[in-house]
Amino acid sequence: MSSRDLILSKIKAVPLEAKNLPTIPEFEFEGDLKARFIASILANKGEVITKAEFFSLLDSGVFEKVYSHIEDFSSFTNIKITEDAHQLNDLNLAIIRGQFGVAENGAIWLEDQDMGLRALPFITEHLVIVLDSENLVANMHQAYDRIGLQESGFGLFIAGPSKTADIEQSLVIGAHGAKSLRVVLLNL
Amino acid sequence: MSHPIQAAEFLQDQAKSKWHDETLWFVRDKRDKISKSVPEWENLRDLASQIKDNVLANLGKYLEEFEKNAKANNIHVHWAKDAEEHNRIVLGILQEKRCKAIVKSKSILTEECHLNPYLEKNGVEVVDTDLGERIVQFLNQAPSHIVLPAIHLKKKDISEIFHEKLHTEKGNEDPDYLTHAARIHLREKFLSAKVAITGVNFGVAETGEFVVCTNEGNADMGVHLADVHIACMGIEKIIPKRAHLGVFLRLLARSATGQSVTNYTSHFRSPSPGKEIHIVLVDNGRTAQLARPKFKNSLKCIRCGACMNTCPIYRRSGGFSYESTVPGPIGSILSPGIDLQKHSSLPFASTLCGSCTDVCPVKINIHEQLYEWRQEITKAQPDRAKSLAMKIANGVFAVPFAYNLSGNMMRGALKILPDSITYSGLNTWGKQRDLPELPKESFKDWYKKNRK
Ligand code: SF4
Repeated sequence: MSSRDLILSKIKAVPLEAKNLPTIPEFEFEGDLKARFIASILANKGEVITKAEFFSLLDSGVFEKVYSHIEDFSSFTNIKITEDAHQLNDLNLAIIRGQFGVAENGAIWLEDQDMGLRALPFITEHLVIVLDSENLVANMHQAYDRIGLQESGFGLFIAGPSKTADIEQSLVIGAHGAKSLRVVLLNL
Repeated sequence: MSHPIQAAEFLQDQAKSKWHDETLWFVRDKRDKISKSVPEWENLRDLASQIKDNVLANLGKYLEEFEKNAKANNIHVHWAKDAEEHNRIVLGILQEKRCKAIVKSKSILTEECHLNPYLEKNGVEVVDTDLGERIVQFLNQAPSHIVLPAIHLKKKDISEIFHEKLHTEKGNEDPDYLTHAARIHLREKFLSAKVAITGVNFGVAETGEFVVCTNEGNADMGVHLADVHIACMGIEKIIPKRAHLGVFLRLLARSATGQSVTNYTSHFRSPSPGKEIHIVLVDNGRTAQLARPKFKNSLKCIRCGACMNTCPIYRRSGGFSYESTVPGPIGSILSPGIDLQKHSSLPFASTLCGSCTDVCPVKINIHEQLYEWRQEITKAQPDRAKSLAMKIANGVFAVPFAYNLSGNMMRGALKILPDSITYSGLNTWGKQRDLPELPKESFKDWYKKNRK
């Protein structure tokens, strides 16, 4: 017997009472979605900036190699992007668009089309996510309602920069992935 | 060796064991605060528990559904009845890809299967990429906590091993500096690995996708740069629907570290063009646990670690004292199911205070199962149980006089007793237990005052 069939037959042999799946109720959310979202991003050690601040950041010239996956900002792109993510190792800034954000925890939803290469938001030294403040939901239940059964091969919630507290519980930002996350909130 | 002996060893270093205790309590406290900020917290725990009940009642059906959908998404699905088969499957994939070095993100299952030594024996270099796991790997140790792998170490220890392995400055203990050194070291490993291994937090039957949560982004750094992603998943990690992720993700990070969500929550549904995803579904004793009516609920665990952070024994005895991959209260009910002889002292490593059950996000009746295991062990090994009971009677776990003294007197005494006494190795009851945090007034006093 294959291990698959063995495991499934062992499970079948266990007499188990039927248990129904619960329905998930709608939980009310009190307060202002935008304010809550911003507070959540800050708690996750990200930053929220305006479009004007974003432009002045780009103009400051601190980022040498920049790639924008968003058409609108493609004029800032100054590197050639190939199919091989390894080439992105010295990328200083990636700019991508988030589909929507979750107020209760600051998580921003992205799919394959939003990042091009899946490694992009991780391998880049700094990350900017542009998000329309109209696209906020209250909690993770609403988030999955909104995602529905979309079929992207990869889906990702990003809620902050790469971080760790593995050395004596001291928080350090920039473990392996992006050392900063800035969220450009449009239509505030 | 039994738990009491191991615990005594951990307590040798008083300053460190005190720090361990207080730090985990701090994490527990963060969990309390954030859970109270979610009004529907208790509803969520009920929902999570009910969903998991349904999973356990339909495990076979969901696994088949998961397999069908994952295959339709071009994911290779493997089944392993035990640790040995799991390891063989992983090695087989590596050999087929002629891969001699891999990166691996946190996976308690691969620890359980002892994958690292197996692969190393077969000539594969394994690099654990979670910072805490890399640290313990450098030291040839196992993680001592499922969420905080290096919580038993101080930055001095880490600075020393980094100086040796990564040539960081001698004596530089700055966490920023050390983390940055690890970043540079691991970046190289990420860039060169052809195969990356991850664990799985949730597998979704409805979509055939699986979800991995990290704060460091190490799982994603590994898999998106590699050609092949191998995900190792215990069969109990399955959930029916994508919408159920909403419930579990609201609970997981809050329970684990007191944060609202991990900074990265990755959903793998199908490989990028030209790449491969393999998933290994592992039994390794889980179906046997399912067949034990009293203990099958332990399979609901989502590995948040909250029961460890709150446990007075775990905090004071350290993860290694359990000598099992999953330590703490949940480990003490899982491990005897795998090897009763080896782990028979674990169900006794508890005060049965029930704090673990109170914090568990999926409402596992942990302390009741600990009690049940004690009964089983007494039946199976009366002599062994007797000797364990003797150890307890001798005061290793008990706080005999502390509880017998009258409340007020004790409260006064505890405030002035220095830690050097309560943490002293000479003091049998202090070996395992610090004295309880004291309420300012006893319940009796409070009741007297407040009762009109
Ligand atoms: S038993 Fe509960 S509290 Fe403990 S790790 Fe598992 S889910 Fe978390």
